[in-house]
Amino acid sequence: MTTIMTDVLVIGAGLAGERTAVEAAAHGNQVIILSLVPPRRSHSVAAQGGMQAALGNMARSAGDSPDVHFEDTVKGADWGCEQDVARLFVNLAPVAIRQMAHWGVPWSRVVPGPKRLPSGEIVEESAEKEGLIAARNFGGTKKWRACFCSDGTGHSLLYTMDNVALQLGVQVHDRTEALALIHDGSRCYGAIVRDLRNGELRTYLARATVIATGGYGRIYGQSTNAVINDGTGMALALETGVVPLGNMEAVQFHPTGVVPGDILVTEGCRGDGGYLLDKDEHRFMPDYEPEKKELASRDVVSRRMIHHVRQGHGVESAYGPHLWLDIRHLGQEHIETYLRDVADICRDFLGIDPVHQPIPVRPTQHYSMGGVRTDIGGRAYGLAGLYAAGEAACWDLHGFNRLGGNSVAETVVMGMVVGRSVAQDLVGSDFSFPDAPVRSAKAQVEQRLPALTTYGLEYVWALRQQMSAILMEKVGVFRNGRELVTAVEELQELQERAERLGLRSTGRGPNPELSAALRLPGMIRLAITIAYGALQRTESRGSHYREDYPARDDALWLRRTLATWPAEADLPRLSYEPVKITELPPGERGYGETREAAKKEGARG
Amino acid sequence: MANRTLTFSVFRFNPYDPDFGPRMQEYIVEETPRMTLFTALTLIREEMDPSLQFDFVCRSAVCGSCAMLVNGHPRLACRTRTDELPAKIVLHPLPFFRLIGDLSVDTGSWFAEMAHRVESWVHTTETFDPDAEEARMSNDQALSVYELERCIECGCCVAACATAQMRDDFLGATGLLRIARFWIDPRDQRTDADFYDVVGTDAGVFGCVGLLACHDYCPKNLPLMEQLAYLRRRVMFASLRSAVGKKERQPEEQEATR
Repeated sequence: MTTIMTDVLVIGAGLAGERTAVEAAAHGNQVIILSLVPPRRSHSVAAQGGMQAALGNMARSAGDSPDVHFEDTVKGADWGCEQDVARLFVNLAPVAIRQMAHWGVPWSRVVPGPKRLPSGEIVEESAEKEGLIAARNFGGTKKWRACFCSDGTGHSLLYTMDNVALQLGVQVHDRTEALALIHDGSRCYGAIVRDLRNGELRTYLARATVIATGGYGRIYGQSTNAVINDGTGMALALETGVVPLGNMEAVQFHPTGVVPGDILVTEGCRGDGGYLLDKDEHRFMPDYEPEKKELASRDVVSRRMIHHVRQGHGVESAYGPHLWLDIRHLGQEHIETYLRDVADICRDFLGIDPVHQPIPVRPTQHYSMGGVRTDIGGRAYGLAGLYAAGEAACWDLHGFNRLGGNSVAETVVMGMVVGRSVAQDLVGSDFSFPDAPVRSAKAQVEQRLPALTTYGLEYVWALRQQMSAILMEKVGVFRNGRELVTAVEELQELQERAERLGLRSTGRGPNPELSAALRLPGMIRLAITIAYGALQRTESRGSHYREDYPARDDALWLRRTLATWPAEADLPRLSYEPVKITELPPGERGYGETREAAKKEGARG
Repeated sequence: MANRTLTFSVFRFNPYDPDFGPRMQEYIVEETPRMTLFTALTLIREEMDPSLQFDFVCRSAVCGSCAMLVNGHPRLACRTRTDELPAKIVLHPLPFFRLIGDLSVDTGSWFAEMAHRVESWVHTTETFDPDAEEARMSNDQALSVYELERCIECGCCVAACATAQMRDDFLGATGLLRIARFWIDPRDQRTDADFYDVVGTDAGVFGCVGLLACHDYCPKNLPLMEQLAYLRRRVMFASLRSAVGKKERQPEEQEATR
């Protein structure tokens, strides 16, 4: 087996991984990034909407500041986030966005003069601010703060980030997949990696290892996530038995995935004035959320939509019931200019013209707030030399619900922070790579391969579909104790069956069935961790909504779930830690959880 | 249209499986409404042949992973609905790029190499000041840079290009577009002479023989033909200037060449 040594090994070449790599490389470290796919194909590229940063350049963002951004973030998180992390984040977001501009991102800029909003109001953009970075409105925020590049924010950010990585000599080993972390229970030394071009195994030894593999959306069948988002990095961390995952039960659903296909259409549609309609083309959100309407936070909108469908107001289709997203009234020019990708998606994938027809949508799994638990510097709990960044991490900016535009901002801010932590920790650090953990990690991987190719009757895609169905039905937007118990039991049964996985094909070379089979047991463990954490958390907070415990319970549950998976165990071991409250004590979120709104829902239902 | 029975004829070759040589293999699939090649190929892999290699990532035409030849034409498979196609669908991997297996090709290495050659980053001596307000830029300028940055590196333009089939070092429409993106970016301080060194050769703008299949097949409808003409004009002006001994372009000329 070939061995490659480096200072820093980053697993994942999305925005978080590349930003971390760039920062570490700028401090003089040799950095290698592993990526399942060429870096510019990472899921970050799909972020259409925007990046939250309190620049305050627009008429509708006058008075914005990191303080207001902080408040929006903490309220959005339903007080489940670390407030020192949120404070660091909001303060650094303006720096991070300006640095991206310096590196070449063509942010949309302020054009002075009057502008007519879809609501008919006129706002006057100031001549003083001409040419500064512009922003648009997003759900769950007090001010216009989502900075954007036309309709391709993620695309421009990722391409720019990859340009800088190239400039700094960061090596990207694409089409590779980490299969196990090398560690001795106290320090991480790198990873055992499979080359997806030829199927060969390699050892990467690194003084610092960073997990930046994004979310696990694909374990839910219906997800806006790219098809590579299997949560492999989180599964690797869980596999160590010593690194905890934080708040895995916090799963965000996006209100507007298209039907069929689950492709996300951006929050920008509603931010710019789009409506949600039911089967009678009735605009129902004002009935539930008279103030915020379609712009309440994602978890609230998703629940209102599912509730409305359960009341029989959904549009029936061959793919199950859905609702309509209507942007027709925004007009052709607005749609073609600012929502061009949305228009393309509708025309190309659905055969629908959004200028003249409403878009079929339903809530779809979208974001993983939970992840590898780290400190405020991105250092993973449990193993020295291991870090995590971006969606794969839980330094805990998002708590139980993430604001739109905060994930893109988090990738570049956290990447900067984690890259600095790595660089600091490596100064003067000196240790040799012990042989035993390398051999043990190799053995762990190598023993799985012959088992898969020689025996086993279970078929990977069949088990995968069952796992997704269980999660979607029982661990989705609405949850309750009875169904969660069943979900855990059924997933455990799948876990047992996954031990008897066998390949139907030869498994030779870069065989996709082998890749899927190697991934599946880790994915099932993530699924169990989510369901089990959700079962134990007997309250509703943010996106975690228990029908049998509909209220937030700060006395008991103002704390974070930590899940580790001890060797040979069939369930994760859960423990809890307090949530850090430094500035803003728990209160009302101000959208969708008010007594008035609850009463109204009761009256309707 | 509905309920057709589709026959997929798919190129198969796994270089690491010596038991099978290159061949075409057929799969029969019942068509469903709004089926795309992504849904069809996923179905084939999960229900008929788990060894079938292909590359999908975003499945929404933004990542550029899934370009392949569909009945002989380079296209993004995820964005191709089966109801646009006849009942017999022939799939080949994209030509020009190194084959990994079946429908999967190594576009990543080629695009990384291209990015190195054109030094695909903003060249500037300015350092970033974290405490300063961002440098201003007109929105029109930002939009025109963005317009040239929309390439998703799918490789359709290169796969369709006659020059690329004849010479390995040709930058292709995507490489030329990348140059144009930085040439018009006010933040990039490279001079006309710097850019000339990269594109003023047969591997650059002079290699193109003007067949413009790149323009016809670009799934993002990028202005490849216009950019090619634009680059040729700028390269010509740059060379004329150097011939008469003028060092740099003048602002009024910059406008004139647009």
